[in-house]
Amino acid sequence: MSNIPSIPVLRRGEVYRSLEQQPINAIGTDEPAAFMSMANSGLVKRDLNFVGQSRNVLRKIPAHDLMQMCIDAGDHFLNGTLPVGEEEYPQTPDDYVKSLSATSGLPHALIRMNMNKLHEIFTEMPTIMRGLTRGLDLAVLDKGYGDQQGVPVSYSANTEALAVVLPSNSPAVNALWMPALVMKIPVLLKPGREEPWTPWRIIQSFIKAGIPKEAFSFYPTNHDGSGAIVRRSGRVMMFGDDSTVSQHALDPRVEVHGSGKSKIIFGEDCIDDWEKYLDIMVESVSANSGRSCINTSAILVPRHGDAIAEAIAKRLSEIKPRPFEDPEAKLSGFANPKFAEYINGAVDAGIADGGARDVNEPHRGRERHEIFQNMHYLHPTIVRCDTWEQPLANREFLFPFASVTEVAQEDMLDSIGSSLVVTAITQDPEWVEELLECPHIERLNLGAWPTNRVKWDQPHEGNLFEFLYKRRSIHIAALAHV
Amino acid sequence: MNAQDTLDQHTRETIEHHFSPETGSPFWLKWAAENWDPRKEVQCFADISKFPHFQDEWLRDITNEEWVPKAFAGRPYNVFETGGTTGLPKQRVGWDDYKHDYEMFSDQLDDDAFPKGSNWLMVGPTGPRRLRLAIEHLAAHRGGSTYFVDLDPRWVKKLIIRKEYDQVERYQRHVIDQAVEILKHRDIKCLFTTPRLLESLAERVSVPGLGVRGCFCGGTTMTPQTVRFLVEEVLEKKALFVPTYGNTLMGLACSVPLTDDYSVTYYAPQPRAVLRVVDADATQKTVDYDSYGRVELTTLTREFFMPRFLERDEAIRRKPCDRYDWDGVGDVRPFGVMENKVVEGVY
Repeated sequence: MSNIPSIPVLRRGEVYRSLEQQPINAIGTDEPAAFMSMANSGLVKRDLNFVGQSRNVLRKIPAHDLMQMCIDAGDHFLNGTLPVGEEEYPQTPDDYVKSLSATSGLPHALIRMNMNKLHEIFTEMPTIMRGLTRGLDLAVLDKGYGDQQGVPVSYSANTEALAVVLPSNSPAVNALWMPALVMKIPVLLKPGREEPWTPWRIIQSFIKAGIPKEAFSFYPTNHDGSGAIVRRSGRVMMFGDDSTVSQHALDPRVEVHGSGKSKIIFGEDCIDDWEKYLDIMVESVSANSGRSCINTSAILVPRHGDAIAEAIAKRLSEIKPRPFEDPEAKLSGFANPKFAEYINGAVDAGIADGGARDVNEPHRGRERHEIFQNMHYLHPTIVRCDTWEQPLANREFLFPFASVTEVAQEDMLDSIGSSLVVTAITQDPEWVEELLECPHIERLNLGAWPTNRVKWDQPHEGNLFEFLYKRRSIHIAALAHV
Repeated sequence: MNAQDTLDQHTRETIEHHFSPETGSPFWLKWAAENWDPRKEVQCFADISKFPHFQDEWLRDITNEEWVPKAFAGRPYNVFETGGTTGLPKQRVGWDDYKHDYEMFSDQLDDDAFPKGSNWLMVGPTGPRRLRLAIEHLAAHRGGSTYFVDLDPRWVKKLIIRKEYDQVERYQRHVIDQAVEILKHRDIKCLFTTPRLLESLAERVSVPGLGVRGCFCGGTTMTPQTVRFLVEEVLEKKALFVPTYGNTLMGLACSVPLTDDYSVTYYAPQPRAVLRVVDADATQKTVDYDSYGRVELTTLTREFFMPRFLERDEAIRRKPCDRYDWDGVGDVRPFGVMENKVVEGVY
């Protein structure tokens, strides 16, 4: 694609070209790969007063029809040529991959992997909805009430729209808002600075499949505009670090997806066979370049810590920066070099505290932070910690990073703290019982299953349906039209 | 006499006034005694560059009596404040400058949009600010009365610094509630407010729908996109939008009528005040036309002399136009906004 698109604001589906055009440069160059229309905060606030109109449009369409449109949209997303920008330049899947790679630093292979993952979100929507609603007949959303397993049920929406403040670093996070459309809740998206491409393409896929354009608002905007979205929307999904999570902890309107601190833990009964699980550990740490909250950031073992750390480090050292288009490229760069510098500094500072060592250092034979083809990379890093109290033992970073720490099995569940995913390698029935009772684990994998693999009927990080709808009690004595 | 000749003559007269022992202020007379005699050295506006930059801390650290020109001795002065989120705010003394400034501004207003004899509403910072008296004088000068709704920007700024955004919104709602009541129940045709408050007002009511025909705005950065939004959506293209650039130290710079690109260019009220767009690293030099530079203000009135004050703004240096035969400042924004986070646009 040789033309440079101008990504506009979408105001309930209507294209709006702002006078403020922000270039999105290809990484390491001063060449714009696109221009983005920036919405002023006043415009965002004004539009938020009208989101109810979009909801009314979606309410009129049966949920089963929306479901079918969603499934159809998957093919458009994966294989279709879709319009991009206000000029409606045709964007093939390859164009999309190249554009996203150019501005975000993600290798083509990882983007394609994420495309496939998002395609599954579209096509597996019936399974996802079953998981989110516990098998609710979606006709209940059409009518407002119905029955589930012989019990009368009624649901009302908590909001007229779902606002999402998106990050730039992982296209797959868009999966989290997509089911909202089938739930008849319009979306209002604020894209990340370097990544308008994925939400835009998803929107175009939905529209091509028949979902009314009014269901989509898209506001590239500055900090002030983002703040307006967060403060004024009925329900908000956003992404951030621990401080962002705590800032909104008491606000039921806001769901912050923060760090996952996902873990692999070994029981006494399986630890001597750890080599059998090496592939699972390597995948859990390094898949998607370690950028997901479901990547493993800590491995807790009763013994063999040095050998395990060494073995994972050796395997991870094979993952190196490569050209974007190299099909073997698995490591993402940092569009913002300051992120790479900050993270690298944080790892170094943790090691300087003592009681931890960078096991990858001798394997990679170079600095952790490397500039390759104008792009900043952090090489995969396994840190062997002497104790769980070492500051790096329970840290999560935006690259393939994990700690390996020896902790006695009986102390593990008291130590791990809040964990989005835990894969527990054990057959010990008593420990399994304790794991099932552990309140810190949001998603539990019992046995050999990488933390980064999700099942579509198993929602994690909050349940979108429960976020967007509340169940009300209902009794209908008589309705003439029933 | 062309604009440059007028400015040069006005500069000589102003310098004579402020540095003459008969009419000058204690501050400037002392300054001349310790440095050099501007009455000899300054013969045209270009010679103002011989002065160092005016330090606005002087307006806080030096007592107001030191700034009173002898020509005004015995006349009680108004005290106008600027800034002041914490500690003692900067203050400027004045007598009639605001009246002159706003009478000049009145001459630029469109009588259809700001009909003579009609009433005004001011929604914004009143308190110890020059603006409050200025707007009332403007309305009176045009034969109307003024209603006021106050907003305390110092409190808003503190809330923003503390990240208490909910409180900001509640306070803003409180202000807008009052403005809506006045607009609904009184005959108001002319409005002065800030862009933020105007946006908020329009979320609640149709501003032209309640009879407003002209709105003059000032106070914060207005990007072309913001101006377009205010014109097209907030005022529904039914009421005239007049952006202005001003502060307690200068007076009021008018804008020329907006064009399709919604870029706003302001022209200082020369010869009473002069705006230059200078190279931030070499402030003697102006930048090339159509380039960004830091805004430098010189105020030359009989009440107040302030040479080469560097504003906290940057702007594009624009060419003279038909209406104003001197440089303009375009697309004003906070200085360094592209590099730093600036707490700005609080109201």
